[in-house]
Amino acid sequence: MKLVIALIVLVLGSLLFHVLSPWWFTPLASNWDTVDTTIDITLYITGVVFVAVNLFMAYAVYRYRHRPAQKAHYEPENKRLETWLTAITAVGVAAMLAPGLVVWADFTQVPEGADEIEVLGEQWQWSYRFPGEDGKLGEVATRYVAPDNPFGMSPGDPAGADDILVRSNELHLPVDRPVKMLLRSKDVLHDFAVPQFRVKMDMLPGSVTYAWFTPTRTGSFDVLCMELCGIAHYAMRGRVIVDTEEDFKAWLGGQTTWAEQRARPAADPAAGERQYATCVACHGPEGRGNLQMNAPAIAGMEAWYLERQLRYYRQGVRGAHEGDTFGAQMAAMAGTIASDSALRNLAAYVASLPAADSEPTLDGDPRRGAGHFNTCGACHGARGQGNHALQAPRLAGQQDWYLKRQLKYFREGIRGAHQADNYGHQMTMMARTLQNEQSIDDLLSYVNTL
Amino acid sequence: MQHTALADQTLELHDPRSFVTKYIWSQDHKVIAIQYGLTAVFVGLVALALSALMRLQLGFPDTFDFITPGAYLQFVTMHGMIMVIYLLTALLLGGFGNYLIPLMVGARDMVFPYMNMLSFWVYLLSVLILLASFFVPGGPTGAGWTLYPPQAILEGTPGVDWGIVLMLVSLAVFIVAFTMGGLNYVTTVLQARTRGMTLMRMPLTIWGIFTATILGLLAFPALLVSAIMMLLDKLAGTSFFMPALVSLGESLEYTGGSPVLFQHLFWFFGHPEVYIVALPAFGMVSDVLACHARKNIFGYRMMVWAIVFIGALSFVVWAHHMYVSGMHPAFGFFFATTTLIIAVPTAIKVYNWVLTLWRGNIHLRVPMLFAIGFIFTFVHGGLTGLFLGNVTIDLPLSDTYFVVAHFHMVMGVSPIMVLFAAIYHWYPLMTGRMLNEGLGKAHFWLTFLGTYAIYLPMHYLGFLGVPRRYFAISGTEFIPESAMSLNASITVSALIVGASQLLFLVNVFWSLRHGERAPRNPWGATSLEWQTPDVPPHHGNWGPQLPAVYRWAYDYSVPGADQDFIPQNHPVSDDERSNAPGGPA
Amino acid sequence: MSLFRTLREKPWEHEPALAGHPAAAPVDPLGPARIAVRFIMAIVGVLFFLFIITYLSRSQYPDFQSLAGQPWQPFNDTGRLWFNTGLLALSSVGMQGGLWSARRERLNGAVLGISIAVFFAIAFLLAQLDLWLRLQALGFYLSSNPANSYFYLLTAVHGLHLLGGLVVLSNIVFRVWYDGAGASLGGPLGLCTQYWHFLLAVWLVLFALLASPPETLNALAAMCGF
Repeated sequence: MKLVIALIVLVLGSLLFHVLSPWWFTPLASNWDTVDTTIDITLYITGVVFVAVNLFMAYAVYRYRHRPAQKAHYEPENKRLETWLTAITAVGVAAMLAPGLVVWADFTQVPEGADEIEVLGEQWQWSYRFPGEDGKLGEVATRYVAPDNPFGMSPGDPAGADDILVRSNELHLPVDRPVKMLLRSKDVLHDFAVPQFRVKMDMLPGSVTYAWFTPTRTGSFDVLCMELCGIAHYAMRGRVIVDTEEDFKAWLGGQTTWAEQRARPAADPAAGERQYATCVACHGPEGRGNLQMNAPAIAGMEAWYLERQLRYYRQGVRGAHEGDTFGAQMAAMAGTIASDSALRNLAAYVASLPAADSEPTLDGDPRRGAGHFNTCGACHGARGQGNHALQAPRLAGQQDWYLKRQLKYFREGIRGAHQADNYGHQMTMMARTLQNEQSIDDLLSYVNTL
Repeated sequence: MQHTALADQTLELHDPRSFVTKYIWSQDHKVIAIQYGLTAVFVGLVALALSALMRLQLGFPDTFDFITPGAYLQFVTMHGMIMVIYLLTALLLGGFGNYLIPLMVGARDMVFPYMNMLSFWVYLLSVLILLASFFVPGGPTGAGWTLYPPQAILEGTPGVDWGIVLMLVSLAVFIVAFTMGGLNYVTTVLQARTRGMTLMRMPLTIWGIFTATILGLLAFPALLVSAIMMLLDKLAGTSFFMPALVSLGESLEYTGGSPVLFQHLFWFFGHPEVYIVALPAFGMVSDVLACHARKNIFGYRMMVWAIVFIGALSFVVWAHHMYVSGMHPAFGFFFATTTLIIAVPTAIKVYNWVLTLWRGNIHLRVPMLFAIGFIFTFVHGGLTGLFLGNVTIDLPLSDTYFVVAHFHMVMGVSPIMVLFAAIYHWYPLMTGRMLNEGLGKAHFWLTFLGTYAIYLPMHYLGFLGVPRRYFAISGTEFIPESAMSLNASITVSALIVGASQLLFLVNVFWSLRHGERAPRNPWGATSLEWQTPDVPPHHGNWGPQLPAVYRWAYDYSVPGADQDFIPQNHPVSDDERSNAPGGPA
Repeated sequence: MSLFRTLREKPWEHEPALAGHPAAAPVDPLGPARIAVRFIMAIVGVLFFLFIITYLSRSQYPDFQSLAGQPWQPFNDTGRLWFNTGLLALSSVGMQGGLWSARRERLNGAVLGISIAVFFAIAFLLAQLDLWLRLQALGFYLSSNPANSYFYLLTAVHGLHLLGGLVVLSNIVFRVWYDGAGASLGGPLGLCTQYWHFLLAVWLVLFALLASPPETLNALAAMCGF
């Protein structure tokens, strides 16, 4: 009897849960309303079967529960009934399958004139490439991939020169224009998925896959990697911003082409040395940093990392949060740099200063810290040496008090929360795996040993 | 098809002479079954603990310091692999297959008892290799139970040095164990049935186990092939599955291999594996339902055909796991069609279970509770399969929690409901004691309601688009705060369900000594395993003479009979023959 | 189709013949072993089938350099392979001869046949090993090309199955030796012989594939839809 009630309650409860659930598909933002229709059809058919079968079962259990002197009916089979049930089931299944196949046929047929945009996945970042003025994507190959050529652009293919390379997790798309996303991976499997667009497709190293859709409303949508790709899989996030045609054009105009990126002159450390005079007061003549001034050691830091941080300071991406008082100082200083080339010269000079090991100030357990460092090592290197390809700076040799402060900032969203901080959101997620001060001390004590 | 039967004398029996040969190096199928079962349950508990850790992280993120993103992936991987292979496959076939086949077909033992013993020890070896990966530098692999290359053997994934190698070796060893056991099961069913036990008189349990074993024998080679080739890619630098790639900024030596090839191989094994687990469960639950409803299984022939048809079809649906894998999209049409076709025989099985209850005489004892619980969860899990099998719907739902909820419902909860039904049903036969009814009912209610509280809401996280295998889901715009609370409630349910399994363990061990003594055939079952001269059956199962079979296994509530069941070895009376319903008379 | 007839039986109907007098069919002591060997051959067949399917699929990727088809490729001249094939074929012939004698209860002939089979089987394995060493010496290493990888892999897996066969064969021979029951040799030896011929057939397929020029592989792969 309890079972009968339980079955009925579960059936009704499931229906109620379904009706009341605030968790349902995100509002559609692409042309794939047909996908939603297919789901609705399946939902109704399966819903009816779910209710019918279980309520019938509940009734059978109630009606034919054991009572004294009751005897079961003996009936080996009932051909007619079974044939009918088979036929009805087959009809139901066909009703679900047919729309599915029709929509899938649409999905496999990319409309003519769809814009082709390449998505490049790698552990654990997204980048994008537009074909540029000639409307043709240049040739790429894994063997050309290098820190200064992350897309692996073929140097010999002229079609690649005007390709617009977007080395950022953020992609802009124009509204109401069909796009064919060409999906490519440099290392392992990834999957380009935007819940509001409904479609997704794996990215395979060694080949190019695709998915197409037409964004139908402007807005900002999360891009998620939906194929397990290693430790930071959950932090491989991006964003698609669907713009009006004009906004999109403006954004695209602000991006640089492969030719422009290649043509950039080399930085001049000698010129940077003169600019460094401003920095000496806090960071010291040799860039060794100063705990009293809360200035970190910067000598020997990677030029690309310094450039990025200086730009972030200038653009208000870093140091603009009210909790980051030292960052505000630095932002003010960075604002005095005259031009982008001056910035690059300065970074090149600082990078050329010899790095020195720092004095430990924390007293943690490096053995426990080594366990935590497994996570960090994936990007920053097993020896904390940094990894240009992943845009992960060197940690070994950096002052522990500075790293500790930055970890706290990341945890608390003081650093890295800005939309334009391309790598900050990932560090925020990673810093949140450290639950208390002791763990941070342990970790940094281990970093001190590197 | 010839119905050969072994003469009573020809089977050599390896009589156990000492404790060691009786309980350790035993060649008795019943002892091997228990060995298989205990080992499987033990690793299953390890996997259960891992799932609790995963749920803690998902329900209460930013709380547990020791669960790092890498460790989380290791828990996910080991939980999945252990549950699917080392628990379900081993327990259903190695455990119940071993115990029930000889008894249900009326044989003294498996036809190759020595190989049967080896099968268990090799299985144990594979389990030890697997568990060893928890203790090697870097820990077990965190590549997900699907072990997709290239990521499974590249830096950036936990356990890339040792864990993945041990995993692949362990799988290869497991396949050897399974093959030795599987050869025994099919050969025993084909060759050692007793007199009168025609194929169509076999209980559905045997049909399920038999078909599943054939699937396993033919599907596991695909896993072996992929394991060997991936091992070579990892250890010898070959490029079977490994394309040219840049791993974490470093160009590796690999040349143009194909990661999708691995996926095809993996799922060519992986999909039949679903039925390797499901078919024995289908069979056993049919017998439990018929026995406790005191009614013949409805549509026995249709049930057999459905098992065979599902088994055959299961080899041509594998790529429905790969709709968004980047394989040629045209495959989607074919595999969506075959996949949805398989729903038809599966639905028929469900109808026939429910129709078996109809006009029955239903005793709601613990095994029956679990069996009805199975129908409910299986209906739910089967219907959500219609979503995922349909290629279009897979676009938004693949790799979300909908998938996780679906396969846990259909492949986790449902077979485990059957396993519990089977254990409560056959425990008296195995031990001669009854399990405690009160504890059993408490166990059922907590498990049944608890698992539904876990998995029903999880489907809705999937509809929302929450991705699976994510260590944390914070930092997106589309996932509302309420989804986090839902995750927390799922975790609480999961912990309750996990803890309630202690009731079961206590019951099993306590009843071993203190349970009520079981009568000879406590449920009034017709099938042969309850008709042995001793309960629990002794070595050799039968007395001097093997039983002869005169009827099918479902003569419950036959009109005109004195009792509401007639055992299979009960000769047909003239009376019966003349007034048999539907019979030619 | 007796299987279909079986599946259509209505087991709840009491057939007088079966029900009243359960007749034991004649007992075949080798029945289980026969079934098991058939299953083993099916399983091994599936194993090689899957290897071959992946081989054909993999052969369509640009980095795949078939081992035959060009003068500098090692299997352009198939002489060595034919020699090894000959060894394995002689081993099969030995088994068949031994079986022929055993069935006529000529123990000496049987022992001679088995000895020939074992000798040539081991010779085949050694010759395969020698082939490995030659390819290594020519610079065709395991990981330098997927075609090489497949060559080493497939020959190794095939060799292991032959080794397994040798273990079983020796087990049978020793059992017969100790039991002194030469008359019972024929049955198990027959099953072994079946397995031997099966492995020869597998080898011939592997041979054909490994020594195929790219065009043949492309054609085969196209037939499989790759």
